[in-house]
Amino acid sequence: MTAAAAQFDAMVPSACVLKQVTKETPDTFTLAVARENGSGENAFAPGQFSMLWVFGVGELPISISGDPSKHDELVYTVRSVGKATHALVSQKPGTEIGVRGPFGHGWPFQAARGHDVIIVAGGIGLAPLRPMIYEVFQNRAEYGRLVILYGARSPRELLYRKELAAWARQPETQVLVTVDYGGIGWHGHVGVVTTLFKYARLHPARSVAMICGPEIMMRFVTRQLQEHGLQEQNIYLSMERNMKCAAGFCGHCQYGKHFICKDGPVFPYAEIAQLLDKYEL
Amino acid sequence: MATRAQTPRAPRKKREPSPTRNSPRAAAEATSKGNGSQPKPNSGKRNAKTASAIEFDRANHRPALITPEQLEKLIATLINDGFEVIGPTVRDEAITYDPVKCVADLPAGWTDEQEPARYRLKKSDNPALFGYSLGAQSWKTFLHPAEARLFAAEKQNGAFHILNNDPIPAVSRALLGVRACELAAIRAQDRVLLGDKYRDPIYGSRRESALIIAVQCSHAAATCFCVSIGSGPKVSDGFDLLLTELVDANGHRFVVEPGTDRGIGLLARVDAKPALEADLAAVESALASAAQQQRKLDTAGLKEFLYENFENPQWDKISARCLSCANCTMSCPTCFCTTVDDATDVTGTHAERCRRWDSCFTQSFSYIHGGSIRTSAKARYRQWMTHKLAAWTDQFGSLGCVGCGRCITWCPAAIDITEEVRAMREGGVRADA
Amino acid sequence: MQTLERIIEEHPFFEGLDHGFMDLVLGCATNVRFGKDTYIFKEGDTANTFYLIRQGNVALEIFAPQRKPIIVATLGEGEILGWSWLLPPYHWKFHAHVLQDTRAIALDGKCLRKKCEENHDLGYEVLKRFAGIVAQRLESTRFQLLDVFSAQK
Repeated sequence: MTAAAAQFDAMVPSACVLKQVTKETPDTFTLAVARENGSGENAFAPGQFSMLWVFGVGELPISISGDPSKHDELVYTVRSVGKATHALVSQKPGTEIGVRGPFGHGWPFQAARGHDVIIVAGGIGLAPLRPMIYEVFQNRAEYGRLVILYGARSPRELLYRKELAAWARQPETQVLVTVDYGGIGWHGHVGVVTTLFKYARLHPARSVAMICGPEIMMRFVTRQLQEHGLQEQNIYLSMERNMKCAAGFCGHCQYGKHFICKDGPVFPYAEIAQLLDKYEL
Repeated sequence: MATRAQTPRAPRKKREPSPTRNSPRAAAEATSKGNGSQPKPNSGKRNAKTASAIEFDRANHRPALITPEQLEKLIATLINDGFEVIGPTVRDEAITYDPVKCVADLPAGWTDEQEPARYRLKKSDNPALFGYSLGAQSWKTFLHPAEARLFAAEKQNGAFHILNNDPIPAVSRALLGVRACELAAIRAQDRVLLGDKYRDPIYGSRRESALIIAVQCSHAAATCFCVSIGSGPKVSDGFDLLLTELVDANGHRFVVEPGTDRGIGLLARVDAKPALEADLAAVESALASAAQQQRKLDTAGLKEFLYENFENPQWDKISARCLSCANCTMSCPTCFCTTVDDATDVTGTHAERCRRWDSCFTQSFSYIHGGSIRTSAKARYRQWMTHKLAAWTDQFGSLGCVGCGRCITWCPAAIDITEEVRAMREGGVRADA
Repeated sequence: MQTLERIIEEHPFFEGLDHGFMDLVLGCATNVRFGKDTYIFKEGDTANTFYLIRQGNVALEIFAPQRKPIIVATLGEGEILGWSWLLPPYHWKFHAHVLQDTRAIALDGKCLRKKCEENHDLGYEVLKRFAGIVAQRLESTRFQLLDVFSAQK
């Protein structure tokens, strides 16, 4: 963030045209938006988020789920779980939504270069990790093996199914998908995401792990990774808390001494290890 | 039987007056005759201490003396320069900060009595204008307003544009009667709202245009503990003018120290004379008297202690009394949390987004889809106190508490932060150890 | 082609088992194959075998009226299928539905039970290993029960 950019009013959104809405699952949609003036201010780092504002309804922190090398539009994957998210995914292409950001610290992709990358995602948690996956494929030589472990509730709640299949066909890439509840027509794994570890070909000593999903899942996964010999400092988690401003002013996203909005949302595990098991923190 | 403290009232809603042509900025620059660098609010953790020192060397300016009549002239001068002067007044049996036009608006002869959950104004024989200690309201009411519009927007055919997206031209205010703890609180909010990656323009415009006339305390309320925190009663920096009110055999007068060139200019315009050694000695004894405080908060190792005592039986004891009413956070001069409200007009084409003070004591504060994280009063009190006395230090390099004691006075359940820390420390061993 | 002995010796489940015990185990082992969409066992059948899955994918299924078959877990390469042979009444609790052609080593539970009864040291080694498997499955099941991806909490 340049000094000049820091002086802008971080609280005022810019109008962006909603270009496309794609249904991913029964309640989750991917939105592509473009700046009104087509300006190239869409640069972001994998793992960063924006505040999306629906005219007169409300504003939400939403992870950017698109390709960081494409600057013509910003892509978000939104799960409709409340009034504002429902309003957001119900907008018709052509209408404008407000966008602030990008905000926060994303995945440590610079530090991960030269390493194997282990992506562990649960449910909508794959959305903030997708830009990191794109980053690896675009700079393939910079990274070692890519292992993607993804768990969702049921087959119909899996995000980006076609892409998952395409990624699995790439060299030096292993994609394992599981669901908590299987059923007829599902021939993949059934079981929680931690049950995938026994099928993953990991080289813990040269791997960096990036995890996003419900907190319980991230705790189970972190434990598994450590049991497999991953170093604490090579494990990163993306956290979520209530957020109103994204700039450190509103106080809502505090997590211990951290502001999720400006210190996170991605944290090295070691920084928050002491907080993860605390009730009502 | 003591009367129970009332809930601190919400600050009066008021339209921002449009900026006058007689701009205070221009006036201030004229005042300081070409050497008119505006005192800038501290713009970062790193240079917070040094900013005023670079701009103004106080050692070169001896304290002056002014009479209540000259204070009257000072107020008139400020008003004439386009400032709205905000000072202490008596309203509804309490000291509140309101616009003042003259010395007669100030609470002459009023003093206050404060205890946990108890606040009373008392008439005294002493004609002092600043004989009270603190009311419920703090200066954040004027710098970080309880309600502010972030923006308005208008929609047409699916497209919208933002209205009034210029920095809000806040009226410049002269804040009269800012105590040492309150200056510490303003500095604390500076670090939150101006000192980090982003700058809050609403706070920033108010802060930058504010002229600060600090007043040193000559007595402390029973709820004060600025000495423990190190935030008072002596005022060290961050003011344009610093007053110490003296009422003794030598009369009713104010020792005045300028803190900025702007302050020097103002002193010249009210014909202040130099203060005598006896006056300066009286200031020291007034400060010594204010430093006699009953309440103490042992801050040594407090951060580590609280981090280690996330589980402690004292939290349950506090939460059995805490009503989650949020009074402590509303009256706290450093609490900065806000939430936002969206609204549209009936046609749905005009929308506004407003922010207002929020409190970590509300259930909704920690809501993420599916439910709130801090559902118990225990968790919310713990969050508040641990933030004030521990996390704040990691976040902003100082305590989030300035020792003003408002949270003690205005807690309807008489919860006393100093007492709770003491009880927790004396409880000693962690419950889960 | 790996010998049965080699496969069993290298399998983590039997890691650290001394040679005498290994010979007893080997005496109960045979190579087996199951085609896609067949069932290795069905709920209620007598349980006298367990399997070391070498390749493939097997679903543990259960039926409920008016519901599609519910898959509680899938088991693949390297995993142990079945522990009902270990405890009376030796009946399977789930169907084992083959999702992909599966190769496995079948271990005769009845034979192993007998050997464990005769030699409690072997019995302890076997139980210790199964206790680990059961604990893992229980943890996964608890985690699954938390239904962490549900929007309603």
